[in-house]
Amino acid sequence: MISNSQLVNKYFRHNKKFPHIWCPGCGIGTILGNMLRAVDALALDKNEIAFVSGIGCTGRAPVYVDFNTMHTTHGRALPFATGLKLARPELKVLVATGDGDATAIGGNHLIHACRRNIDITTIIFNNYIYGMTGGQYSPTTPHGDKAYTCKLGNIERPFNISQLVEAAGATFVGRTTSYHTLQIQSIIKKAILHKGFSVVEIITHCPTTYGRINKKGSAVDMLKWQKEVAVDKSRADKMDPKELEGRIVTGILMEKQLPEFCEQYDTIIEEAQSLKNNQQGKSK
Amino acid sequence: MRKKSSYQLIQGNEAVAEGALAAGVSFFAGYPITPSTEIAEILADRLPAEGGKFIQMEDEIGSIAAIIGASIGGRKALTATSGPGFSLMQENLGFACLAEVPLVIVNVMRGGPSTGMPTSPSQGDVMQSRWGTHGDHPIIVLSPASVEEAFHYTVKAVNFAEKYRNPVILLMDEIIGHMRARVSLPPTSMVERFNRVHPNMPPEWYLPYERSATGVAPMASFGDGYRHHVTGLVHDAKGFPTADPNEAKNNIRGLFSKIERGFREICLVDFELMEDAEHAIIAYGGMVLSARSALEQLRQSGRKVGLIKLGTLWPFPRFALEQYLPQLKTILVPELNMGQIYREVLRVNAGKTVVEKLNRVNGTIITPNEIVKTVKGLIR
Repeated sequence: MISNSQLVNKYFRHNKKFPHIWCPGCGIGTILGNMLRAVDALALDKNEIAFVSGIGCTGRAPVYVDFNTMHTTHGRALPFATGLKLARPELKVLVATGDGDATAIGGNHLIHACRRNIDITTIIFNNYIYGMTGGQYSPTTPHGDKAYTCKLGNIERPFNISQLVEAAGATFVGRTTSYHTLQIQSIIKKAILHKGFSVVEIITHCPTTYGRINKKGSAVDMLKWQKEVAVDKSRADKMDPKELEGRIVTGILMEKQLPEFCEQYDTIIEEAQSLKNNQQGKSK
Repeated sequence: MRKKSSYQLIQGNEAVAEGALAAGVSFFAGYPITPSTEIAEILADRLPAEGGKFIQMEDEIGSIAAIIGASIGGRKALTATSGPGFSLMQENLGFACLAEVPLVIVNVMRGGPSTGMPTSPSQGDVMQSRWGTHGDHPIIVLSPASVEEAFHYTVKAVNFAEKYRNPVILLMDEIIGHMRARVSLPPTSMVERFNRVHPNMPPEWYLPYERSATGVAPMASFGDGYRHHVTGLVHDAKGFPTADPNEAKNNIRGLFSKIERGFREICLVDFELMEDAEHAIIAYGGMVLSARSALEQLRQSGRKVGLIKLGTLWPFPRFALEQYLPQLKTILVPELNMGQIYREVLRVNAGKTVVEKLNRVNGTIITPNEIVKTVKGLIR
């Protein structure tokens, strides 16, 4: 496996002024680092990778890495990525998006990208909160938890992102946590190799906002919590629903093969061109 | 590919689709909306046969996002919409201005605000096309006044977008969009195409926002080996976010300076019977048809009236007006809105002569007779 210094040398931008913007203890760096290890293990050419994001703490990930990178508007990473993928189907398109970016402002784009089954890998960094704006509740903030826009407790029910994207038609759904670093690598690798729309939900922590207002302790405490609540799908399948309450099922939750959008469009192009040639033949 | 020039009886929306294909557009993302839908339908049919691609998105926010993505991937990209969809596009229109992504938005205007009058003509989006997205930004807005012009202006819109790395809006009204006319479409080989300038230096030297002598930076496509960063944040020449006041100033001022350099080329203005005119009608889009007919009647009755036809609305072609101000006694600006270009004319006129407006916002057009009557009243 690639060493840390090799990873930094090979994938981080040398001409970008560090330090990065993330807080001490943030989980985003861990996920980004392991995403890069997955990319490295697949031996992909940096020129063939496009890394697209929306707005928020997660949205800042692409600027640091040496791919073709696009930092778009809030919630819109997927339609930008869709246009890019159609224009350049040979590119491996990775999308980094947070829970608010993906499921609140970008919720409509997310479900339609799932439905289309376009070959894009979407990594959803789910930390239950809007971190960059200082800790407001998001569509995944658990019921009863606090945020700076619900100091008395959240009265809304959260999305289960993995179930949402599966219902919307994603053909690969994986979930893990920022504690499970090797699993991040293995799931992202499989997601990138999957032909179709793949979603990897990664439960992570924001010690600065969500952790502080909900008294979850330090970043280390929050990582320990991720370790404790995670239960692998192979074990979860044998447990009854009562036992699974409050647990997070991890692993590859779903995988199936369905026709991919760009490939189907290529057959449309072939058909349209042969139709046109036939018509031109007749008119002569 | 059209090999010979051909006469066709088509509507404005069809002419736009023909123009897009002739200009080399190979990507369209859109969402159905009256009265622009024909453009999407035609391009959905025609693009695949040309090797291009069409996608119907979940909304207009996604439509413009997809054409930005495709343009960054190296395609000439276009979308078509009307008022409500144009409102939804404003957010990412700003992204395209700041990130300097070539693209064309066709807005076939209908009555507004809100859902308004979906099948009726209007020119209510003139100011929105200039200032609809937040923040200071340059924009190019063209407004065709005939079916044939819809074809040629679409080609120009694509070329300007590519040349200046800036979004261009083809602001067409429903009158031109749905009017049918017999037009001559040139063979594809005769259509002048401008392709964006790509970098020719080694990738490690490439700075994606370093302006060349033309004021426009060469644009690399994703996947061409020039790995770089594209962002909606104010950025430096490398494309990386900056809060440095000097770099921020260079970024925003640079956007304006590239359009200022091309100002004369971008401004499409036609003058009809203006040499000896003492009175002028300033019109654009469908209102040019009424104005032209009124002009004929007024000239027949001996009035020295001319027409200034604005093909470009933004940047406002102020020189076109300024050169005639000394000889003009009155100016009339008929518009299907409450007086949006009228305000620009007032600004440029700066009190030198009499400027009057003639407005309509009820879903019907201003007839030639009404213009004749108003001009006669002004002259008296």
